[in-house]
Amino acid sequence: MDTCPTNGKQFVEVQQATVRFAGDSGDGMQLVGSQFADIASLMGNAIRSIPDFPSEIRAPVGTLAGVSGYQLNFGDEEISTPGDSPFVLVAMNPAALKVSLPDVQPGGIIIVNQDEFAPANLAKARYPANPLEDGSLAGYRVIPVAITQLNEEATRPSGLSGSQRARCKNFFALGIVLWLYDRRVQPVLEWLMTKFRKTPEVMAANGASLRAGYNFANTTELFRVHYHVAPAQLPKGRYRRVTGNEALALGCIAAAHQVERCLVYASYPITPASEVLHELARHKEFDVRVIQCEDEIAACCAAIGASFAGAVGATGTSGPGLALKTEALGLAVMTELPLVAINVQRAGPSTGMPTKTEQADLNMALYGRHGEAPLVVLAAATPADCFPMAFEAVRLATRYMTPVILLSDSFLANSAEALAIPDPDRLPDLRVAAPTKDTPNFAPYRRDAKTLARPWAIPGTPGLEHRIGGLEKEDVTGVVTYDAANHRRMVEQRARKIAGIADDIPPAKVEGAPSGDLLMVGWGSTYGAIAAAVRQAQAEGRAVSHLHLRHLNPLPRGVESALRAFRKVLVPENNTGQLSAYLRSQFSVPIRPLTKVEGRPFLIRELRQAIEETLKHE
Amino acid sequence: MSNPTPVLPDRPETSAEDCLRQLTRRDFQTTQEIRWCPGCGDYSILAQVQKVLATVGSPRENTVFVSGIGCSSRFPYYVNTYGFHTIHGRAPAVATGVKCANPDLSVWVVTGDGDSLSIGTNHLIHCLRRNVDLRILLFNNRIYGLTKGQYSPTSDFGLKTKSSPLGTIEQPISPLGLALAAQATFVARTIYADPPHLARILEAAARHRGAAFVEILQNCRVFNEGAFENVASRAEAEQSRLLLEHGKPIRFGLGGSKGIAVRDMEPVVVDVNPDDPEPEGILRHNAQADSPALASLLAALMPPAFPTALGVFRDVQRPTYNELLIGQIQDSIKRRGRGDLRKLFNAGTTWQVD
Repeated sequence: MDTCPTNGKQFVEVQQATVRFAGDSGDGMQLVGSQFADIASLMGNAIRSIPDFPSEIRAPVGTLAGVSGYQLNFGDEEISTPGDSPFVLVAMNPAALKVSLPDVQPGGIIIVNQDEFAPANLAKARYPANPLEDGSLAGYRVIPVAITQLNEEATRPSGLSGSQRARCKNFFALGIVLWLYDRRVQPVLEWLMTKFRKTPEVMAANGASLRAGYNFANTTELFRVHYHVAPAQLPKGRYRRVTGNEALALGCIAAAHQVERCLVYASYPITPASEVLHELARHKEFDVRVIQCEDEIAACCAAIGASFAGAVGATGTSGPGLALKTEALGLAVMTELPLVAINVQRAGPSTGMPTKTEQADLNMALYGRHGEAPLVVLAAATPADCFPMAFEAVRLATRYMTPVILLSDSFLANSAEALAIPDPDRLPDLRVAAPTKDTPNFAPYRRDAKTLARPWAIPGTPGLEHRIGGLEKEDVTGVVTYDAANHRRMVEQRARKIAGIADDIPPAKVEGAPSGDLLMVGWGSTYGAIAAAVRQAQAEGRAVSHLHLRHLNPLPRGVESALRAFRKVLVPENNTGQLSAYLRSQFSVPIRPLTKVEGRPFLIRELRQAIEETLKHE
Repeated sequence: MSNPTPVLPDRPETSAEDCLRQLTRRDFQTTQEIRWCPGCGDYSILAQVQKVLATVGSPRENTVFVSGIGCSSRFPYYVNTYGFHTIHGRAPAVATGVKCANPDLSVWVVTGDGDSLSIGTNHLIHCLRRNVDLRILLFNNRIYGLTKGQYSPTSDFGLKTKSSPLGTIEQPISPLGLALAAQATFVARTIYADPPHLARILEAAARHRGAAFVEILQNCRVFNEGAFENVASRAEAEQSRLLLEHGKPIRFGLGGSKGIAVRDMEPVVVDVNPDDPEPEGILRHNAQADSPALASLLAALMPPAFPTALGVFRDVQRPTYNELLIGQIQDSIKRRGRGDLRKLFNAGTTWQVD
């Protein structure tokens, strides 16, 4: 930690920082949080953020249920999670303090809006006494600031009404944090000028509050130290911030564009997948045809119908919705049509905890259909990884004429990080040759020798009229038949087609040494926490490596040899051990599960500790 | 109501081959062995559908039949066009996807009373409400045939079946009432036993732009023989069928000797002079009325007190779902230009790392 004095204040160099803005859902915490994330990004830091908003649409003001938070982790090296625990907490009211305090680092900085710590708000937060006065915060550096009052004074010249001006106080808080982390206010002022160009007085008031907050922190005696986080060594290129759900939508659009077919996205609103629907509905200029269906079943069926008619058919949902789509997925397996079914998982079973994360739908994705119904199962590892995985889902669906389930989860859906913006000219060509009436020996189930895919013969093509459906077909001709030997052959062919995809995906890649004492095997959103914990352990000399599976069915080549190259294998998952059981069913290798089903992702320190314990015990 | 008037892609051109000659019923027959029971009403419907496809010149390659599950849903296998035999109740949803992916296709849904009025009712309602440009043929035999004889949602109250040995205790659903409530733009009823009428109605449905709903009364010989006997019987036809024609007085009976009037908001049968072409005091059919009230009243007429109304109950125009969907896409392209991935990827705050 380097220190150097500036303006009589101490200047501390840190490698990484975790900041949380917390307030009432009407306090604009998401807005200033995401602005702070952009500022950190613009200054070259690696970032990862996570919002925490109430499940109620409008919880009563000032209550614990109404707290909205935005946590940002940024640093000068790889940042792979939103941070275990904030070093800085901005609490705009007592409820925000109460909800966030258990997560704050011991000795961390807590900036509170002291004006809101009045008896009525304390009561709403169920504080028997004022925590600013009862000594309960002794283990932290508490900085009480009269944010409401100072914002009121700063914004008075704007001429706005009192309630309009009160809404600017989030920018006062942002101003303080910008000073605290040695950031410039200028990019935020520029953003305000664009955002509020039609209401210059609102722009001026927010700008005034922002500057007032910054200047307050700079001059007041309350802040003696501020921090600097150096730019990270990120690969060259242009970046933007994306959430997992945004990246899924972008990936679908990009892939359909590369297939050169329209994207039909049929979906039914469900938390936490709805943002994919919203995002796609905004991009009609890409010929994205969004159908908000009457239910989950219709959504899957409409997507299948669209694929039959030659579009890229996709549907998106969360666990309860995937359960409803099950029968239709079987139809897509039987008719061998391309289909992408995105499942943004949430805590189950049943309605469960809709806003909380979990990875417990792996079994449903792998096995959740009647009959022998194999399909492709993929899982995105990080928010930005949702882009290439959505692209991959479309690639495999169209190339192999198969439904693909793409798993994401609530954590990835809402968490944001930097996406290296791809060059559209370098995206792979995903076009699939459609048969025409000149195709020799056309038959609806005549398979491609290499991929085993049946031809995608599209209605509107003269001469290829044919009928498909859920009934078993005769090999090649597609004529309905209950012939015993044929059924066996078709079941085998459908399975072989999916299994063969293993030759068309990257082999298992172990991050770290290819052999050692412990291999951490993960899938989905646990990537960041596992990667960080493994890096820390490696830095301390442990022979630990990491294998992360993005393709779950079929598994990539080389998983078994990777597993066998380590003395121990530990599989962390946000479920009760579904990947562990799956791997055991495929390979007779001893595997230890590490499970967390609390509706929250793993913390780095939890995995770090598990690594140590696993290595200790023989 | 101010609906936008979208510009649609042009209707499909008839393919070069099909332009050269008039299509015939044979063009739409397949080699697949037909597996309906002997004497099943479905044979008559199949024949008329094939004939109408030829009459309206629907190019085979641009025609798609989508069905659910049930006896009727075997239909696509027997029509030489594109076909999709889907899962129980979901044909309207699959067909919606087909039509949205390619609005140039002529899409037909074939379904039954169990398929569309029980397990898949939701999809039927929403498909009609959206006015997706589909033809929906609902074969109503008031029984579950393929599962071998359980009562269906249209079975008469008290019907004894394998699953209701003491008689059903359920009020039957009205297919037309449901379609009208769902704001369908074309609602018709016909019967398997009157092929010319069947053909006329199917042709009207084929020419309608929007969701066209046709209830086809159909006889299941094995499990519900005679369910529509009084309507089907040619001998009783004049008495039992109320043939609706747009703009004409609503009359039936021998030589048109009876008419339907309304007294105290209730339909009643009144005598009229058979020789009077424009009898006073009886209802006149208006399939194009804004209000579905008359159509609903006619749909609810039930034997034995009334004849069964057949014909086009409602035929109005409203922009179709697929027109509006494509219209919004075309507008967006006009306003913002065709989608550019580079612009999309670089939207919002971006930064360069060198």
